[in-house]
Amino acid sequence: MADIVIIGAGTAGLSAAIYALRAGKSVIIFEQLAYGGQIINTPEVENYPGIKSISGFDFAQGLYEQAVALGAELKFEQVTGIEDGAVKKVKTSGGEYECGAIILATGAKNRPLGLDREQELIGSGISYCATCDGAFFKGRAVAVNGGGNTALEDALFLSNYCSKVYLIHRRDEFRGEAKQVEKLKTKENIEFVLNSTITELVGDDELSGVKVLDKVSGESRLIEVDGLFIAIGQMPENAAFAPLITLDGAGYIVAGEDCKTNVEGIFAAGDCRTKTVRQLTTAAADGAVAALAACAYID
Amino acid sequence: MAVITLTSANFEEEVLKSDVPVLVDFWASWCGPCRMLGPMVEQVADESDGSFKVGKLNVDDEGDLAEKYGIMNIPALKVFKGGEIVKESVGLIPKDKIKELLSV
Repeated sequence: MADIVIIGAGTAGLSAAIYALRAGKSVIIFEQLAYGGQIINTPEVENYPGIKSISGFDFAQGLYEQAVALGAELKFEQVTGIEDGAVKKVKTSGGEYECGAIILATGAKNRPLGLDREQELIGSGISYCATCDGAFFKGRAVAVNGGGNTALEDALFLSNYCSKVYLIHRRDEFRGEAKQVEKLKTKENIEFVLNSTITELVGDDELSGVKVLDKVSGESRLIEVDGLFIAIGQMPENAAFAPLITLDGAGYIVAGEDCKTNVEGIFAAGDCRTKTVRQLTTAAADGAVAALAACAYID
Repeated sequence: MAVITLTSANFEEEVLKSDVPVLVDFWASWCGPCRMLGPMVEQVADESDGSFKVGKLNVDDEGDLAEKYGIMNIPALKVFKGGEIVKESVGLIPKDKIKELLSV
Protein backbone atom coordinates (compact mmCIF):
# COMPACT_ATOMS: atom_id res chain seq x y z
CA MET A 1 0.00 0.00 0.00
CA ALA A 2 1.28 3.46 -0.90
CA ASP A 3 0.73 6.51 1.29
CA ILE A 4 -0.28 8.66 -1.65
CA VAL A 5 -1.35 7.82 -5.18
CA ILE A 6 -1.01 10.60 -7.72
CA ILE A 7 -2.94 10.36 -10.97
CA GLY A 8 -1.13 12.17 -13.78
CA ALA A 9 2.60 12.86 -14.25
CA GLY A 10 2.47 16.42 -15.54
CA THR A 11 3.80 19.46 -13.73
CA ALA A 12 1.18 19.31 -10.95
CA GLY A 13 1.52 15.57 -10.36
CA LEU A 14 5.32 15.50 -10.36
CA SER A 15 5.50 18.59 -8.12
CA ALA A 16 3.09 16.90 -5.71
CA ALA A 17 5.30 13.80 -5.76
CA ILE A 18 8.41 15.84 -4.89
CA TYR A 19 6.69 17.47 -1.90
CA ALA A 20 5.13 14.23 -0.65
CA LEU A 21 8.38 12.29 -0.96
CA ARG A 22 10.35 14.98 0.83
CA ALA A 23 7.75 14.76 3.61
CA GLY A 24 8.67 11.09 3.94
CA LYS A 25 5.62 9.55 2.25
CA SER A 26 5.64 6.73 -0.29
CA VAL A 27 4.23 7.69 -3.67
CA ILE A 28 2.93 5.90 -6.75
CA ILE A 29 2.20 8.01 -9.83
CA PHE A 30 -0.01 6.69 -12.61
CA GLU A 31 0.36 8.07 -16.11
CA GLN A 32 -1.42 6.84 -19.22
CA LEU A 33 0.80 8.40 -21.88
CA ALA A 34 4.15 10.01 -21.04
CA TYR A 35 5.40 12.10 -18.16
CA GLY A 36 5.65 15.85 -18.49
CA GLY A 37 2.12 16.77 -19.46
CA GLN A 38 1.24 19.60 -21.82
CA ILE A 39 4.46 21.55 -21.30
CA ILE A 40 6.44 19.15 -23.51
CA ASN A 41 4.78 20.81 -26.52
CA THR A 42 6.22 24.22 -25.64
CA PRO A 43 9.60 24.93 -27.25
CA GLU A 44 10.65 27.71 -24.86
CA VAL A 45 9.30 28.37 -21.39
CA GLU A 46 10.17 31.92 -20.40
CA ASN A 47 7.72 32.66 -17.59
CA TYR A 48 8.74 30.22 -14.87
CA PRO A 49 10.23 32.33 -12.08
CA GLY A 50 13.92 31.73 -11.54
CA ILE A 51 14.48 30.11 -14.93
CA LYS A 52 15.11 32.58 -17.74
CA SER A 53 14.50 30.13 -20.55
CA ILE A 54 14.13 26.37 -20.81
CA SER A 55 12.52 24.04 -23.31
CA GLY A 56 9.31 22.39 -22.14
CA PHE A 57 10.91 19.00 -22.69
CA ASP A 58 13.94 19.81 -20.53
CA PHE A 59 11.69 21.22 -17.83
CA ALA A 60 9.59 18.03 -17.81
CA GLN A 61 12.69 15.86 -17.85
CA GLY A 62 14.12 17.73 -14.86
CA LEU A 63 10.90 17.37 -12.88
CA TYR A 64 10.72 13.68 -13.68
CA GLU A 65 14.33 13.01 -12.69
CA GLN A 66 13.87 14.97 -9.47
CA ALA A 67 10.78 12.95 -8.49
CA VAL A 68 12.36 9.61 -9.40
CA ALA A 69 15.60 10.42 -7.54
CA LEU A 70 13.47 11.03 -4.43
CA GLY A 71 11.89 7.60 -4.81
CA ALA A 72 8.72 8.13 -6.85
CA GLU A 73 7.34 5.04 -8.52
CA LEU A 74 5.90 5.86 -11.95
CA LYS A 75 3.55 3.33 -13.50
CA PHE A 76 2.32 3.66 -17.07
CA GLU A 77 -1.24 2.49 -16.45
CA GLN A 78 -4.58 4.10 -17.18
CA VAL A 79 -6.75 4.80 -14.15
CA THR A 80 -10.30 3.57 -14.68
CA GLY A 81 -11.83 4.50 -11.33
CA ILE A 82 -11.32 5.32 -7.67
CA GLU A 83 -13.08 4.22 -4.48
CA ASP A 84 -13.39 6.04 -1.18
CA GLY A 85 -13.07 4.40 2.23
CA ALA A 86 -10.79 4.15 5.26
CA VAL A 87 -8.34 2.78 2.70
CA LYS A 88 -8.82 4.32 -0.74
CA LYS A 89 -8.63 2.24 -3.90
CA VAL A 90 -7.38 3.12 -7.38
CA LYS A 91 -8.33 0.84 -10.25
CA THR A 92 -6.10 0.87 -13.32
CA SER A 93 -5.54 -1.00 -16.56
CA GLY A 94 -2.88 -2.94 -14.62
CA GLY A 95 -4.66 -3.79 -11.38
CA GLU A 96 -6.00 -2.37 -8.16
CA TYR A 97 -3.97 -0.33 -5.67
CA GLU A 98 -4.64 0.75 -2.10
CA CYS A 99 -3.53 4.04 -0.61
CA GLY A 100 -4.11 6.54 2.16
CA ALA A 101 -4.79 9.60 0.01
CA ILE A 102 -5.27 10.41 -3.67
CA ILE A 103 -4.17 13.45 -5.66
CA LEU A 104 -5.90 13.91 -8.99
CA ALA A 105 -3.59 15.74 -11.39
CA THR A 106 -5.04 14.66 -14.70
CA GLY A 107 -4.48 17.96 -16.48
CA ALA A 108 -6.24 18.80 -19.70
CA LYS A 109 -5.91 17.92 -23.35
CA ASN A 110 -6.38 19.76 -26.62
CA ARG A 111 -9.99 20.51 -27.36
CA PRO A 112 -11.06 19.25 -30.78
CA LEU A 113 -13.35 21.29 -33.04
CA GLY A 114 -15.75 18.38 -33.16
CA LEU A 115 -16.15 18.44 -36.93
CA ASP A 116 -16.62 15.44 -39.21
CA ARG A 117 -13.34 13.79 -40.30
CA GLU A 118 -11.26 15.81 -37.83
CA GLN A 119 -9.70 12.69 -36.30
CA GLU A 120 -8.93 11.00 -39.60
CA LEU A 121 -7.25 14.13 -41.01
CA ILE A 122 -4.78 14.44 -38.12
CA GLY A 123 -1.48 13.86 -39.85
CA SER A 124 -3.00 14.79 -43.21
CA GLY A 125 -3.36 18.50 -42.68
CA ILE A 126 -4.78 18.84 -39.18
CA SER A 127 -2.47 19.54 -36.28
CA TYR A 128 -2.73 20.69 -32.66
CA CYS A 129 0.97 21.60 -32.43
CA ALA A 130 2.23 24.37 -34.68
CA THR A 131 5.75 24.24 -33.30
CA CYS A 132 5.95 20.50 -34.05
CA ASP A 133 4.41 20.52 -37.48
CA GLY A 134 4.67 24.07 -38.85
CA ALA A 135 7.88 23.43 -40.75
CA PHE A 136 6.17 20.80 -42.93
CA PHE A 137 3.97 23.53 -44.37
CA LYS A 138 6.80 25.72 -45.62
CA GLY A 139 5.65 27.93 -48.47
CA ARG A 140 2.06 26.75 -48.21
CA ALA A 141 -1.16 28.35 -46.98
CA VAL A 142 -2.46 27.36 -43.56
CA ALA A 143 -5.12 28.40 -41.08
CA VAL A 144 -5.05 28.73 -37.31
CA ASN A 145 -8.28 28.49 -35.35
CA GLY A 146 -8.60 30.11 -31.95
CA GLY A 147 -8.32 33.39 -30.06
CA GLY A 148 -6.09 32.72 -27.07
CA ASN A 149 -2.35 33.07 -26.61
CA THR A 150 -1.64 29.68 -28.14
CA ALA A 151 -3.48 30.60 -31.34
CA LEU A 152 -1.67 33.95 -31.54
CA GLU A 153 1.72 32.35 -30.95
CA ASP A 154 0.96 29.67 -33.51
CA ALA A 155 -0.02 32.26 -36.13
CA LEU A 156 3.17 34.24 -35.56
CA PHE A 157 5.33 31.12 -35.66
CA LEU A 158 3.68 29.85 -38.85
CA SER A 159 3.96 33.25 -40.56
CA ASN A 160 7.71 32.66 -40.64
CA TYR A 161 7.33 29.51 -42.74
CA CYS A 162 4.04 29.67 -44.58
CA SER A 163 3.05 31.70 -47.61
CA LYS A 164 -0.20 32.70 -45.94
CA VAL A 165 -1.73 32.31 -42.49
CA TYR A 166 -5.45 32.77 -41.92
CA LEU A 167 -6.25 33.38 -38.27
CA ILE A 168 -9.83 32.27 -37.79
CA HIS A 169 -11.57 33.31 -34.59
CA ARG A 170 -15.23 33.19 -33.61
CA ARG A 171 -15.21 36.63 -31.98
CA ASP A 172 -13.93 40.04 -33.06
CA GLU A 173 -11.60 40.37 -30.07
CA PHE A 174 -8.78 38.13 -28.93
CA ARG A 175 -8.50 36.62 -25.47
CA GLY A 176 -4.71 36.50 -25.94
CA GLU A 177 -2.24 39.27 -25.17
CA ALA A 178 -2.78 42.61 -26.94
CA LYS A 179 0.96 42.94 -27.54
CA GLN A 180 0.93 39.69 -29.48
CA VAL A 181 -2.06 40.83 -31.59
CA GLU A 182 -0.18 44.02 -32.51
CA LYS A 183 2.78 41.93 -33.64
CA LEU A 184 0.54 39.83 -35.87
CA LYS A 185 -0.90 42.94 -37.51
CA THR A 186 2.55 43.89 -38.77
CA LYS A 187 2.87 40.59 -40.63
CA GLU A 188 1.85 40.92 -44.26
CA ASN A 189 1.05 37.24 -44.73
CA ILE A 190 -1.40 36.98 -41.83
CA GLU A 191 -5.08 37.56 -42.57
CA PHE A 192 -7.57 37.91 -39.74
CA VAL A 193 -10.84 36.07 -40.29
CA LEU A 194 -12.94 37.27 -37.36
CA ASN A 195 -16.48 36.56 -36.16
CA SER A 196 -16.14 33.33 -38.08
CA THR A 197 -16.44 29.63 -37.36
CA ILE A 198 -15.21 26.65 -39.33
CA THR A 199 -18.19 24.59 -40.43
CA GLU A 200 -16.57 21.98 -42.65
CA LEU A 201 -13.21 20.36 -43.36
CA VAL A 202 -12.68 19.95 -47.10
CA GLY A 203 -10.38 17.48 -48.84
CA ASP A 204 -10.12 13.85 -49.85
CA ASP A 205 -7.04 12.09 -48.44
CA GLU A 206 -5.51 15.35 -47.32
CA LEU A 207 -7.00 18.61 -46.14
CA SER A 208 -7.41 21.11 -48.99
CA GLY A 209 -9.52 23.78 -47.34
CA VAL A 210 -11.98 24.84 -44.68
CA LYS A 211 -15.51 26.21 -45.04
CA VAL A 212 -15.94 29.26 -42.89
CA LEU A 213 -19.15 30.96 -41.82
CA ASP A 214 -19.03 34.69 -41.14
CA LYS A 215 -21.49 35.09 -38.28
CA VAL A 216 -22.06 38.80 -38.94
CA SER A 217 -22.74 38.73 -42.67
CA GLY A 218 -24.13 35.18 -42.63
CA GLU A 219 -21.98 34.38 -45.64
CA SER A 220 -20.06 31.16 -46.08
CA ARG A 221 -16.82 30.83 -48.02
CA LEU A 222 -14.13 28.27 -48.77
CA ILE A 223 -10.59 29.10 -47.69
CA GLU A 224 -8.02 26.94 -49.46
CA VAL A 225 -5.34 25.74 -47.05
CA ASP A 226 -3.10 22.68 -46.75
CA GLY A 227 -2.94 22.84 -43.00
CA LEU A 228 -5.26 23.69 -40.12
CA PHE A 229 -3.80 24.28 -36.67
CA ILE A 230 -6.45 23.97 -33.98
CA ALA A 231 -5.82 26.02 -30.84
CA ILE A 232 -9.23 26.50 -29.25
CA GLY A 233 -8.19 25.58 -25.74
CA GLN A 234 -8.15 22.56 -23.54
CA MET A 235 -10.62 20.19 -21.98
CA PRO A 236 -10.34 18.04 -18.88
CA GLU A 237 -10.67 14.26 -18.68
CA ASN A 238 -12.19 13.42 -15.34
CA ALA A 239 -15.17 11.26 -16.23
CA ALA A 240 -13.58 8.22 -14.53
CA PHE A 241 -13.90 9.90 -11.11
CA ALA A 242 -17.56 10.97 -11.32
CA PRO A 243 -19.95 10.72 -9.55
CA LEU A 244 -17.76 10.21 -6.45
CA ILE A 245 -15.91 13.44 -7.21
CA THR A 246 -17.97 16.51 -8.04
CA LEU A 247 -17.20 18.01 -11.47
CA ASP A 248 -18.40 21.31 -12.89
CA GLY A 249 -20.37 21.63 -16.12
CA ALA A 250 -17.21 21.62 -18.22
CA GLY A 251 -15.82 18.52 -16.51
CA TYR A 252 -13.29 20.21 -14.20
CA ILE A 253 -12.97 18.91 -10.63
CA VAL A 254 -14.62 21.33 -8.22
CA ALA A 255 -11.86 22.36 -5.80
CA GLY A 256 -10.55 25.67 -4.48
CA GLU A 257 -7.04 26.93 -3.84
CA ASP A 258 -6.75 24.41 -0.99
CA CYS A 259 -7.07 21.67 -3.64
CA LYS A 260 -9.74 19.86 -1.59
CA THR A 261 -12.45 18.00 -3.47
CA ASN A 262 -15.83 17.06 -2.04
CA VAL A 263 -14.27 13.83 -0.67
CA GLU A 264 -11.91 13.95 2.29
CA GLY A 265 -8.45 12.69 1.48
CA ILE A 266 -8.89 13.16 -2.28
CA PHE A 267 -7.31 16.28 -3.71
CA ALA A 268 -7.17 17.93 -7.13
CA ALA A 269 -4.08 19.75 -8.42
CA GLY A 270 -3.27 21.64 -11.60
CA ASP A 271 -5.26 22.22 -14.77
CA CYS A 272 -7.83 19.52 -13.94
CA ARG A 273 -9.49 21.59 -11.21
CA THR A 274 -11.71 24.65 -11.37
CA LYS A 275 -9.49 27.75 -11.51
CA THR A 276 -8.99 30.86 -13.59
CA VAL A 277 -5.24 30.77 -14.25
CA ARG A 278 -3.74 27.61 -15.76
CA GLN A 279 0.02 28.08 -15.93
CA LEU A 280 3.13 26.08 -15.16
CA THR A 281 3.60 28.03 -11.92
CA THR A 282 0.02 27.43 -10.76
CA ALA A 283 0.30 23.72 -11.56
CA ALA A 284 3.50 23.46 -9.52
CA ALA A 285 1.93 25.47 -6.69
CA ASP A 286 -1.13 23.20 -6.64
CA GLY A 287 1.18 20.20 -6.46
CA ALA A 288 2.78 21.53 -3.28
CA VAL A 289 -0.55 22.49 -1.69
CA ALA A 290 -2.23 19.16 -2.52
CA ALA A 291 0.76 17.08 -1.39
CA LEU A 292 1.07 18.79 1.97
CA ALA A 293 -2.70 18.58 2.51
CA ALA A 294 -2.57 14.88 1.67
CA CYS A 295 0.29 14.38 4.15
CA ALA A 296 -1.70 16.17 6.85
CA TYR A 297 -4.76 14.02 6.06
CA ILE A 298 -2.77 10.76 6.44
CA ASP A 299 -1.08 11.88 9.66
CA MET B 1 17.80 -5.07 -30.95
CA ALA B 2 19.43 -1.72 -31.43
CA VAL B 3 17.57 1.10 -33.15
CA ILE B 4 18.81 1.74 -36.70
CA THR B 5 19.51 5.33 -37.71
CA LEU B 6 17.82 5.62 -41.09
CA THR B 7 19.16 7.77 -43.91
CA SER B 8 18.62 7.98 -47.65
CA ALA B 9 21.71 5.74 -47.95
CA ASN B 10 20.32 2.79 -46.00
CA PHE B 11 16.54 3.26 -46.18
CA GLU B 12 16.01 0.92 -49.11
CA GLU B 13 18.19 -1.83 -47.69
CA GLU B 14 17.05 -1.60 -44.07
CA VAL B 15 13.36 -0.77 -44.59
CA LEU B 16 12.04 -1.42 -48.08
CA LYS B 17 13.95 -4.68 -48.60
CA SER B 18 13.62 -5.92 -45.03
CA ASP B 19 12.42 -9.50 -44.51
CA VAL B 20 10.66 -8.48 -41.31
CA PRO B 21 8.34 -5.53 -40.55
CA VAL B 22 10.12 -2.26 -39.70
CA LEU B 23 8.78 0.40 -37.35
CA VAL B 24 10.03 3.81 -38.49
CA ASP B 25 9.95 6.77 -36.08
CA PHE B 26 9.96 10.12 -37.95
CA TRP B 27 11.22 12.69 -35.46
CA ALA B 28 13.17 15.92 -34.88
CA SER B 29 15.30 17.15 -32.00
CA TRP B 30 13.23 20.34 -31.49
CA CYS B 31 9.96 18.44 -31.13
CA GLY B 32 9.15 17.80 -27.46
CA PRO B 33 6.63 14.99 -28.02
CA CYS B 34 9.17 13.27 -30.33
CA ARG B 35 11.79 13.32 -27.59
CA MET B 36 9.23 11.89 -25.17
CA LEU B 37 8.28 9.14 -27.61
CA GLY B 38 11.91 8.28 -28.46
CA PRO B 39 12.77 6.30 -25.31
CA MET B 40 9.55 4.28 -25.65
CA VAL B 41 10.42 3.40 -29.25
CA GLU B 42 13.88 2.36 -28.08
CA GLN B 43 12.36 0.12 -25.39
CA VAL B 44 10.18 -1.54 -28.03
CA ALA B 45 13.34 -2.13 -30.11
CA ASP B 46 15.12 -3.63 -27.09
CA GLU B 47 12.26 -6.04 -26.62
CA SER B 48 12.34 -7.26 -30.24
CA ASP B 49 13.09 -10.96 -30.64
CA GLY B 50 14.13 -10.33 -34.24
CA SER B 51 10.61 -10.59 -35.66
CA PHE B 52 10.66 -6.84 -36.36
CA LYS B 53 13.18 -4.00 -36.64
CA VAL B 54 13.00 -0.43 -35.42
CA GLY B 55 14.51 2.62 -37.10
CA LYS B 56 14.59 6.34 -36.40
CA LEU B 57 14.51 8.91 -39.17
CA ASN B 58 15.43 12.51 -38.40
CA VAL B 59 13.20 14.67 -40.62
CA ASP B 60 15.67 17.58 -40.55
CA ASP B 61 18.55 15.45 -41.81
CA GLU B 62 16.40 13.42 -44.21
CA GLY B 63 13.91 15.96 -45.55
CA ASP B 64 13.50 14.15 -48.86
CA LEU B 65 12.38 10.92 -47.21
CA ALA B 66 10.03 12.82 -44.88
CA GLU B 67 8.50 14.52 -47.91
CA LYS B 68 8.29 11.29 -49.88
CA TYR B 69 6.24 9.70 -47.11
CA GLY B 70 4.03 12.78 -46.74
CA ILE B 71 5.03 13.60 -43.19
CA MET B 72 2.93 16.53 -41.96
CA ASN B 73 2.95 15.83 -38.24
CA ILE B 74 5.65 14.51 -35.96
CA PRO B 75 6.19 12.32 -34.12
CA ALA B 76 4.91 9.94 -36.82
CA LEU B 77 5.27 6.18 -36.64
CA LYS B 78 4.94 4.03 -39.74
CA VAL B 79 5.25 0.27 -40.02
CA PHE B 80 6.69 -0.97 -43.32
CA LYS B 81 6.15 -4.54 -44.46
CA GLY B 82 7.28 -5.78 -47.86
CA GLY B 83 8.20 -2.21 -48.80
CA GLU B 84 4.70 -0.87 -48.09
CA ILE B 85 3.26 1.11 -45.20
CA VAL B 86 0.83 -1.20 -43.41
CA LYS B 87 0.17 0.73 -40.18
CA GLU B 88 0.75 4.30 -39.05
CA SER B 89 0.04 6.71 -36.26
CA VAL B 90 0.78 10.35 -35.45
CA GLY B 91 1.43 12.07 -32.15
CA LEU B 92 2.58 10.81 -28.80
CA ILE B 93 1.12 7.38 -28.00
CA PRO B 94 1.72 5.01 -25.09
CA LYS B 95 4.18 2.13 -25.39
CA ASP B 96 1.52 -0.59 -25.62
CA LYS B 97 -0.02 1.24 -28.59
CA ILE B 98 3.38 1.31 -30.29
CA LYS B 99 3.56 -2.45 -29.85
CA GLU B 100 0.04 -2.81 -31.24
CA LEU B 101 1.21 -1.15 -34.47
CA LEU B 102 3.63 -4.03 -34.91
CA SER B 103 0.99 -6.74 -34.72
CA VAL B 104 0.96 -7.04 -38.51
